[in-house]
Amino acid sequence: MKLDAKIPSGPIGEKWDRHRFEVKLVNPANKRKFSVIVVGTGLAGASAAATLAELGYRVDAFCFHDSPRRAHSIAAQGGINAAKNYQNDGDSVHRLFYDTVKGGDFRAREANVHRLAEVSRNIIDQCVAQGVPFAREYGGYLANRSFGGAQVSRTFYAAGQTGQQLLLGAYGALSRQIGNGNVKMHTYTEMLDVVVIDGKARGIVTRNLRSGAIESWAADAVLLCTGGYSNVFYLSTNAKGSNVTATWRAHKRGAGFANPCYTQIHPTCIPQSGDHQSKLTLMSESLRNDGRVWVPKQKGDKRASQDIPESERDYYLERKYPSFGNLSPRDIASRAAKEVCDEGRGVGPTGLGVYLDFADAMKRVGESTVAERYGNLFDMYERITGENPYKQPMRIFPAPHYTMGGLWVDYNLMSTIPGLHVLGEANFSDHGANRLGASALMQGLADGYFVIPITLGHYLASSQLPKVDTSHQSFKEIENEVREKTKKLMSMKGKRTPDSFHRELGRIMWDNCGMARTAESLKKALARIPSLRAEFWENLNVPGAEGDTNQTLENAGRVADFLEFAELMCMDALTREESCGGHFRSEHQTPDGEAKRNDEEFCHASVWEHQGVGKPATLHKEALVFENVKLTQRSYK
Amino acid sequence: MNITLHVWRQKSPKEPGKLVTYKRGDVSPDMSFLEMIDVLNEDLAAKGEEPVAFEHDCREGICGSCAMMIDGMPHGPQDLTTTCQLHMRTFKDGAEITVEPWRAAAFPVVKDLVVDRGAFDRIVQQGGYVSVNTGNAQDANAIPISKESADRAFEAAACIGCGACVAACPNASAMLFVSAKVAQLAELPQGQPERYRRAKKMVDQHDKEGFGSCRNHYECEAACPKGISVRYIAQLNRDYLKASVAVAEHAARSSGNG
Repeated sequence: MKLDAKIPSGPIGEKWDRHRFEVKLVNPANKRKFSVIVVGTGLAGASAAATLAELGYRVDAFCFHDSPRRAHSIAAQGGINAAKNYQNDGDSVHRLFYDTVKGGDFRAREANVHRLAEVSRNIIDQCVAQGVPFAREYGGYLANRSFGGAQVSRTFYAAGQTGQQLLLGAYGALSRQIGNGNVKMHTYTEMLDVVVIDGKARGIVTRNLRSGAIESWAADAVLLCTGGYSNVFYLSTNAKGSNVTATWRAHKRGAGFANPCYTQIHPTCIPQSGDHQSKLTLMSESLRNDGRVWVPKQKGDKRASQDIPESERDYYLERKYPSFGNLSPRDIASRAAKEVCDEGRGVGPTGLGVYLDFADAMKRVGESTVAERYGNLFDMYERITGENPYKQPMRIFPAPHYTMGGLWVDYNLMSTIPGLHVLGEANFSDHGANRLGASALMQGLADGYFVIPITLGHYLASSQLPKVDTSHQSFKEIENEVREKTKKLMSMKGKRTPDSFHRELGRIMWDNCGMARTAESLKKALARIPSLRAEFWENLNVPGAEGDTNQTLENAGRVADFLEFAELMCMDALTREESCGGHFRSEHQTPDGEAKRNDEEFCHASVWEHQGVGKPATLHKEALVFENVKLTQRSYK
Repeated sequence: MNITLHVWRQKSPKEPGKLVTYKRGDVSPDMSFLEMIDVLNEDLAAKGEEPVAFEHDCREGICGSCAMMIDGMPHGPQDLTTTCQLHMRTFKDGAEITVEPWRAAAFPVVKDLVVDRGAFDRIVQQGGYVSVNTGNAQDANAIPISKESADRAFEAAACIGCGACVAACPNASAMLFVSAKVAQLAELPQGQPERYRRAKKMVDQHDKEGFGSCRNHYECEAACPKGISVRYIAQLNRDYLKASVAVAEHAARSSGNG
């Protein structure tokens, strides 16, 4: 496996411009001769499918939902960053670039991040033109709020439903192209494999989730926009259907998987209430604009929050990180919460929780202003917990939320399989070891609206792509493999459900490869995962029929992939002998408990090449070169 | 808690369905309604029986996937709440609960509680957008929009496309769904160029899909988990009328008679 990031030459601020001039173009009349498959219809997939169709390419888009609008981007709450500097507070492309590189703990590729910061401004323009109803001030201009890891106000938002509004904008653009026949939309269709012919990605094999039909689709290029893998922990803020299947199966066909151990544990989620819990619910980071995080100073203090006097409260984020305070980056805020809970100062029935308190904000700006800013989040909190956050502080605890790792891509968003491009959360490139709040929406839309339309054209114009259709032998072979695997899942008729295996795997991963990892815990997980996987393939029970709507079967396929992927994630975490961003190895910390990087040995992206299930993957390294941001220990103090 | 469930089971669109009773003795008040069904499904699967098929995904009340008619009410008894956010503490210990799919000719049952809501996508495809190619946009602050307009557009845009409005309506009308999208874009300057054409095309597709017409029952507003107001339907009717007149005038001019 050869890793060539294809970073354009020249000063950082000119790379993207230069690249756009240097890439090959497909002339307008020839675009309709090329076909493109887009898997996933979240922000990255919908924006890519719509934009490529506008340009004239023939697009087939796939999603496993009943409608492209259901993709999990819809659940993003807080906002989207852009270096507009509308607040005149010193923001710039360079500052957004700098904040993102630093926020990612110096494990992202500089050139990609700079491009992201550049196009961030176009995204807001595009979304406003689509009718996305961003929040505005009385003067009619766009409003901004602050997010973690930044000292400027650059986050655009639509109450606590920013992801929904941006996705509906992209879904509208996609719907327009479906309506006029330029995109063929395949709902209820799950991608189960990539087909590689003569070294190039030339199509996919899918299962129709209504009829059970296994089908092949050929194209000149394939785009995976299939999101992240937080559900490897079973309990996460991701939607129930979010999975690693598309990227994992592409990995098994030769796509390098980069930094799988970089997972983001979000500090503000509603704590778990019992064993029946099916998912965790995020409370937007934007709440930390006005909420103050605290725990009692005293260990084991069981008094109700209102009975604990001010002098006996520890506002630990404000104490430890005075300049960023409650808006410290996510990895830091999560670890700080874990630390106070480990000390026995956690709150709530399980002791796994900290307070997020709005009493001061309500005194300062009034309850109605707080309700206007966060009303829907407060309502959601009350529906889930039965507690009223206007009257008592919220209880929050960290939960898996986002994955910075993903398939390795070069500057053109192409994986190590030529023609297979990866966009949005599914790729690894822009967030390093920790993503800043409000940057996921930015990256998904940057990739889909502004990057891939340029770079895909270059691939199509500069590659030899002989005509291939689904009668090709490779399609038949992979279809058969997929059929065999499906049959196997159906035929065991053992004693356990896919969910019971998933829960057990999630527990292993959370305990051993979660917020803090050690060589010992990771080895423990690596010993247990293969035996759980072996049991899965002997003792699984999938009722119902194969040629029918069968949600247990869909789930079984996804759990099977998590059971393979989890091993790679632990191996990556074990190999990375340093702490950086969301990857915290307890052995590697500074005297005051902060992540301690090892730039001498680990200033690289770890890219894994598959060698077979249960066999050790081969590690390749892409060295990360920092020419514009100086490598320093991150400080938010 | 003890709960008795009567759940609609239907193997396929072609076979008749029926209510099947399941008694549950292990329900925690902190469970969401879907988590209660999850536990039922785990038990059914363990016995080798087919679990109850139902749509769900985000479980945060925003993706619009979940759709259950609970005791005759879309998404159950709690106001402004999707099924996934409904918690068992809303019900009394010992309650009997009937769970059915959305009922509407335009939403055919696929299996158990799953219906096909593709009609909603096809309505949006007829004009539920602003026709602006990527790259066309000017600076986002070039056109100031009053906060009131932006807020109203946002309120209309809060629709999650779940279909509760259709399920609640005695005529199975989707006018609340259509009007929310039309109103969002009619409220903004970016939506003006296609305003009337959009209203006409979306309503025409609505009718083609087999949804009924609005007879002002207001059941849709009461059932909507996002509180979308029926006043948008009145606004849609005005825009539709203008659109129809404009189309007729345009046709008259084109044929040389105007």
